[in-house]
Amino acid sequence: MALLEVSNLGIAFGGLQAVAQLDLSIEKGHLYGLIGPNGAGKTTVFNMLTGVYRPTEGNIVLDGKDITGQNPELISRAGVARTFQNIRLFNDMTVLDNVKVGLHNQIKYNMWTGILRLPAYREKEHEMNRQAKKLLKIFDLDGQANLKASQLPYGKQRKLEIARALATNPKLLLLDEPAAGMNPNETEELMQTVRSVRDQFGIAILLIEHDMNFVMGICEEITVLDYGRVIARGDGKAIRNNPKVIAAYLGGD
Amino acid sequence: MQFFSYLINGISLGSVYALIALGYTMVYGIAKMLNFAHGDVIMIGSYVVFFTFGTSGMNPVLSILLSMVVCTILGVTVERIAYRPLREAPSLAVLITAIGVSYLLQQVAQLSWKSDPKSFISVVSGSDFLKPLTLFDGQLTISAETIVTIIACVVIMAALMWFVNCTSAGHAMLAVSEDRGAAQLMGVNVNATISLTFAIGSALAAVAGALLCSSYPTLQPTTGAMPGIKAFVAAVFGGIGSIPGAFVGGVLLGIIENLSKAYISTQLSDAIVFLVLIVVLIVKPTGLLGKKVNVKV
Repeated sequence: MALLEVSNLGIAFGGLQAVAQLDLSIEKGHLYGLIGPNGAGKTTVFNMLTGVYRPTEGNIVLDGKDITGQNPELISRAGVARTFQNIRLFNDMTVLDNVKVGLHNQIKYNMWTGILRLPAYREKEHEMNRQAKKLLKIFDLDGQANLKASQLPYGKQRKLEIARALATNPKLLLLDEPAAGMNPNETEELMQTVRSVRDQFGIAILLIEHDMNFVMGICEEITVLDYGRVIARGDGKAIRNNPKVIAAYLGGD
Repeated sequence: MQFFSYLINGISLGSVYALIALGYTMVYGIAKMLNFAHGDVIMIGSYVVFFTFGTSGMNPVLSILLSMVVCTILGVTVERIAYRPLREAPSLAVLITAIGVSYLLQQVAQLSWKSDPKSFISVVSGSDFLKPLTLFDGQLTISAETIVTIIACVVIMAALMWFVNCTSAGHAMLAVSEDRGAAQLMGVNVNATISLTFAIGSALAAVAGALLCSSYPTLQPTTGAMPGIKAFVAAVFGGIGSIPGAFVGGVLLGIIENLSKAYISTQLSDAIVFLVLIVVLIVKPTGLLGKKVNVKV
């Protein structure tokens, strides 16, 4: 059984069927791409997978557990984490604290332990700082741990979002246009990072991206959406030569 | 010397406003709503102290702790029953509900305890070590209530800043306050975080109520209304959503109110307080310590 099994997933906003009959199967430790023209419904799929939208039909099963229509907080605990198309960091908090919010459910202590500053509090806070710094180091952000998130340059903010998502200890990581707005060097570096995250954490990654070099270079399987429906699926080469995909992107008959 | 006496009493009154303003500002920052019933939680808390300490002679510290527990339960219950179902509703609906809750609490208090003013016995009276402080050969006397109020406010303020910035629950609060959706997607329990905010705000209201009624010893069902409104002004004045802002706003407001009572006019002091708010909002719409929001085009 695959890590994530999505079957016949669909959502309608009033009369508009944004996504229909989507099937998706994601294996542990693999990299998947979700592409399609603007408005194809890619982010809507992410929103359903993370509980932001409640699907109107179909099922989402994570690791044998049905998570269809659960709220985002429970889905996050079940093991799905994400980043956003428009960066949504906690801007007024430090880089370190952003990651610590992600660790929130991993290392817990009772509120009273915190208020009374019992030894357990110090121990857990220490453990949290250690883990957060470890994550920051992977993304080369450990030097900026005490800056406010908003003070980071754009590329680093994208990385911090990934670090924060990883802090929730996910089984599946969803990246919504991670390379958006990056220059070719930054994109190249990000590819390395995404690969190494997959290798180090052994998790599955599903990403939405418009940069075709990025998607083709990194994803083992690509699903193409158009008007909310899957029009093609396969590896980079198969997708590149698929006439339906070419038609969807460039127009045609 | 007279001036210092007015100033210190102003700081004391301002400290009470600051404690109440914290409830407004935290709830606004985290739940994005104005809880106009907050002032009435103070009144309920004061009645608890009045009946347990004033009438039954309970230990004042225990009495205040009991009042904090009652107010916490009240605040969390009100949020659960009246505000949570409206989480996705337009803010106007929530605002009207809060005003409704405010009247409900006042009316319930009036039915239960009658509307005649009760004379509140100061929680520091009868204490052996809390005595008025006399300085400069008797030229300046600071009441024990004033001292306790200022110290309590500073200690609570420091504890709260530490809690919010240095604990996991505090970080969750900051995260929800910045981006509720993103916080939820990071696994933060938004409902629990909002409940915790109401719990803290209401517990502080109980302390504020006991201190306020000790300095201004009449208690009736509408006692919470005016301090509630003024603390709201203090929160806006300092920059709503900002915890240090509530402190600064509250203390400044108390000083302005007391000095204008002393030197300008007793009747006009409230008007002056609100005038100051209007002027501040014209000059700095986000309040003294409020964030400047730059909208990118």
